[in-house]
Order: sequence, then C-alpha cells, then structure tokens
Amino acid sequence: MSTPVAELVSVSYRYGEVAALTDVDLALYAGHVTALLGPNGAGKTTAVSLLTGLMRPTTGEARLFGTDPRSMPARRRMGVMLQVSRVPDTLTVREHLHLFSAYYPTPLASRQVLTLAGLEPVADRRFSALSGGQKQRALFALAICGNPELLFLDEPTVGMDVEARRGFWQTVRAFAASGRAVLLTTHYLEEADALANRIVVINRGRVVADGRPEQIKAAAADRQVICRTQLAHGTLRELPGVTCVEGQGDRVRLVTRDAEATTRALLSADESVDGLEVRSAGLEDGFLALTGADGPRAAA
Amino acid sequence: MTAMSTTLALPDLDRRTAVPRLFRLYVLETWYEFLKLLRQPHYIGGVVAFPVMFYLLFGLSLNRSGTGPKAAEYLLASYSVFGVVTAALFAFGVGVSTERASGWMLLKQAAPLPTPAYLCSKVVTCMLFGGVIVALLALLGVTAGGVRFSAGAWAGLFASVMLGCIPFCLFGLAVGYSIPPAGAPGIVNLLNLPLAFAGGLWMPHEVLPRPVQAIAQFVPQHHLGRLALSAVRLVPDPPGPHVAALGVATLMGLACATLAYRHNSR
Repeated sequence: MSTPVAELVSVSYRYGEVAALTDVDLALYAGHVTALLGPNGAGKTTAVSLLTGLMRPTTGEARLFGTDPRSMPARRRMGVMLQVSRVPDTLTVREHLHLFSAYYPTPLASRQVLTLAGLEPVADRRFSALSGGQKQRALFALAICGNPELLFLDEPTVGMDVEARRGFWQTVRAFAASGRAVLLTTHYLEEADALANRIVVINRGRVVADGRPEQIKAAAADRQVICRTQLAHGTLRELPGVTCVEGQGDRVRLVTRDAEATTRALLSADESVDGLEVRSAGLEDGFLALTGADGPRAAA
Repeated sequence: MTAMSTTLALPDLDRRTAVPRLFRLYVLETWYEFLKLLRQPHYIGGVVAFPVMFYLLFGLSLNRSGTGPKAAEYLLASYSVFGVVTAALFAFGVGVSTERASGWMLLKQAAPLPTPAYLCSKVVTCMLFGGVIVALLALLGVTAGGVRFSAGAWAGLFASVMLGCIPFCLFGLAVGYSIPPAGAPGIVNLLNLPLAFAGGLWMPHEVLPRPVQAIAQFVPQHHLGRLALSAVRLVPDPPGPHVAALGVATLMGLACATLAYRHNSR
C-alpha cells in the first residue's frame, strides 16, 4: 500500500495515571475512509487529538504528512471537525466560513462548500438560529473549506436526523472518492459500515479489531452462551458456531455465531448443564472475540 | 454526485506548501472577533452602554463649573479607562473561558490559525472598543458638556486608553485559562468593580478614603486612569511612573497568563 498520509506508531497516551491509549498503531491512506469505532471513553477522541497535533503522545510517534502534526504546513493540508458544544453564535455561517477559508492557501469557493454541506438556505443565519443538525453541517463546512487532503470527523452526525445523516454520508463518500483520506470516529456500527472501507475498533484505549466492515459486522452479530458444564474447553470449542471459549473451572463463556445450534449441541452433549444464559455478545464482546484477548467481565 | 467529484479537485502538489495571505488572515480574524462581540448585547451593554450611561448621569447632569476640573472632562477620561478595562477583562476572561470549555478553541488550534493571530485579534478588538468608547464619550462631552481638549490631549487620551488595555487583556487571559465559564463573569466582576473604585475611576483618587488611596498605588487601573487624566492635562502627574507601573502590570499579567496556560492546557 502507498505511504500513509497520517499515522500513529506504537502510540500510548496517559492522563496522569489513566491510560487513554495503549500501544495503538493506526495508518490513514488517501482515498480511504477509516472508521474508529468504539464506545464513549474508548480513546477515539484522544487518537484524533494526537493525529491533529492537539496533544502529544506519551510514547510512540504521531505523524501527519510525514512530519510533526503540529507543523503549520501539515495542518494546512488537513480539515478537522471536532465535538464543539458551542460555536460563537453571533456570526453567520457564511461569516464563519469566510474566516476559516482565510486560514488556508487554496480554499474551496464558499458557494461550493455551502452546497456540499447543504447549507445554502441557512448561509446567512447566525449560528444561534441553526438546528443541531445544521450546526453539525456547519462544522463540517469549516472542516472542508480548506480543500483538505485529509479530513478528521469526530462524531460528526450527533444531532442529525436520519435523512440528514444519509445526505451527510453521501458527501463524505464523495469526498473520499476524490482521493482524500477520511478518519471518522463514531459509536454507531451502522455509520462505520455505511462509510468506511476499514473499521478499527477501539475499546479502553486498545485496538481490539481492525478489518473490513463485513468482518466487523459478522463479529458484532455474535452471541454469548454462559453456563456451568462438565465439558472440557476443547470439546466446547468443537461445538457448532463457537468461536471462543473462556472461563475457569466449570463456569464457561462461549462466544458463538449461532447461539441456537450451539445451545442445542451443548444440552445434548452434557445433561448436567446448569445456569444457562444466552446474551447478545454486543459489540464489545464481539470485538473481544475477534482478538480473544480479554476476560469475561470486559464489557462495560 | 459525479458532478461534485469532478469539480472537487485536490490541490496541486506544488501549491500544497503555499502559505495563505497572512495579513488578510490577521485582518479578518480581528474583524470577525470585533463583529462577534459587537453583536453580543450583554457585552456591549457592560462595555459600552455602562460608561456612556455613567457619563450621562455623573459627567453631564452633575456638570457644574467649580474650581477644580469639570466633571465632564474628568469623567470622560476615567470612564473611558473603566470601559476599556471592562472590555479587556470580559473579552478575555469570559470569552476565552467559554471558547476553551466549548471546544471552539481546540478547533481553532487544529485549524492552521497561528496562535499569535488568535490572541492578537482579541487584543486589537479591545483596543478598537476602547477607541469606540472614547469616541462616544467625546461626542457627548463636546456637544453636551462643553469639553474642549487640544488635539494633542485627545491623541494622548486615545493612545493611553487603547494601548493601556494590554495588561488587562493579559489578566483576563489568565482568568480565561483558569476559570470555567460559569465562574468567569463573577471573577471578572470581582476583579473589575472594586479595583475600578480603588483605582479612582468612579470618583477622583483625592476624595477616596485614605486606606484606599494607599492601596491605589498597587492597582493597575489607578495608573491607567492617572495616565489618561494627565494626557488631557487634568492632573499634573508625569506619565513616566504610571507607564512604568503599567509595564510591570503587563509583565505580571504575562506571567499569570503563561502560568494559567501551562497549568490548564494539556
């Protein structure tokens, strides 16, 4: 693959005692939409902050266009949409855009940005008069106005309704199709799936899965079967659908692609099965199943 | 979507190292900072309307000719100083605190906006508001209060008020970096109102109680007030010591702002 436009190389970041990111590798490529998927507090925003030079890694290295993310020439080539709770609201969309465009050497025409972001009808409205979704699109407009080669979108569709979200996705897709790199953070698998070529799942500061959307989705559809059984782990692993076996003593937790088949086989193989529970593995356990790296009480 | 893809070309390779027009960037950053505040009724109320109202009440309606300097002249200078100090403390103390807490400042940092442009635009905006306040009070004073200053005195007044806001911008910045937005207006008022009083901006230094007069030497507002009054020849103070005191205040403000920044930014 070509040289990444931005990357984290074995990056760890800690806030005092708390490890926000641990040994994360992440590379972003031109023409690709990469989704950083994970629950709140997983470290997604920290990863974006490190890549955009807002914070420096405790260990490891963050690179943007082959250089330090804090360098001005590198920053002129990226666009950033962050989670902003309050934008100075006495200026209009057009005024904010006019100002942000002045930060870049080769900005897009304002009219084009307004069209792309779907903001033409409200361009002369002050920020205070915009709906939540319109505010998000206005922040998107500020992110793309410099004609960036790399676009960071931190939770971009918060506050958008379904229709606005789909329109927004279309814009992001077109943006990536024109040869740009996009990093999107989200806690919606649906959004990651709709947009990304690649999904990196992050939980509690670690990358727990990294793959194409269909791989991640398959893992996310998993169920977990919890019970007490006499069967050995080796036997359990052979049951239909089972991808992962964990547990101590007779208390086990199976991750399975087909809970019904697994349960049927389990019950016929061991009549003494006790305390049986079937649960959605949920996204998080799905991710853990992919890596098989963590204990059964991992889900937050 | 195809139409968009064709028109949305990436920047040429040779233009990727290009630099935006920096002068234009500074001018626009300042203009929009000014416009942003100009459209905030509570800001304009506190910063412009307050001194104007005070001036109408105490400078013009109580303007009796006596032996000392006329109230219309005296208060023109001291309310201008009060206005610009308020402008600086609120724009930085409350403005920076709000922009920091909301994530807006981070977005500005991630954007290729030079940090000096961010700060510079706010300082120049305060200077502009200082100029606006002096101009409004001057208009009232000249037309309704019989104020007559020489051209040099006017120039000195504008210059001292506009440049004198710098230390207060820095103190405001220290507040903005260290106090969350819910507490910032309170802290700013707590700094601004008692010190404006002790600094002799509301009533002349000479009529303040003795203990307050003693404290005034350590109040930057006092020195800026005296500087403005000496510019319009209402007090005989040589400007040197007041300029020096304001220089010290600027260094202290810079130290406070730097400490607050280091302590509160990751």
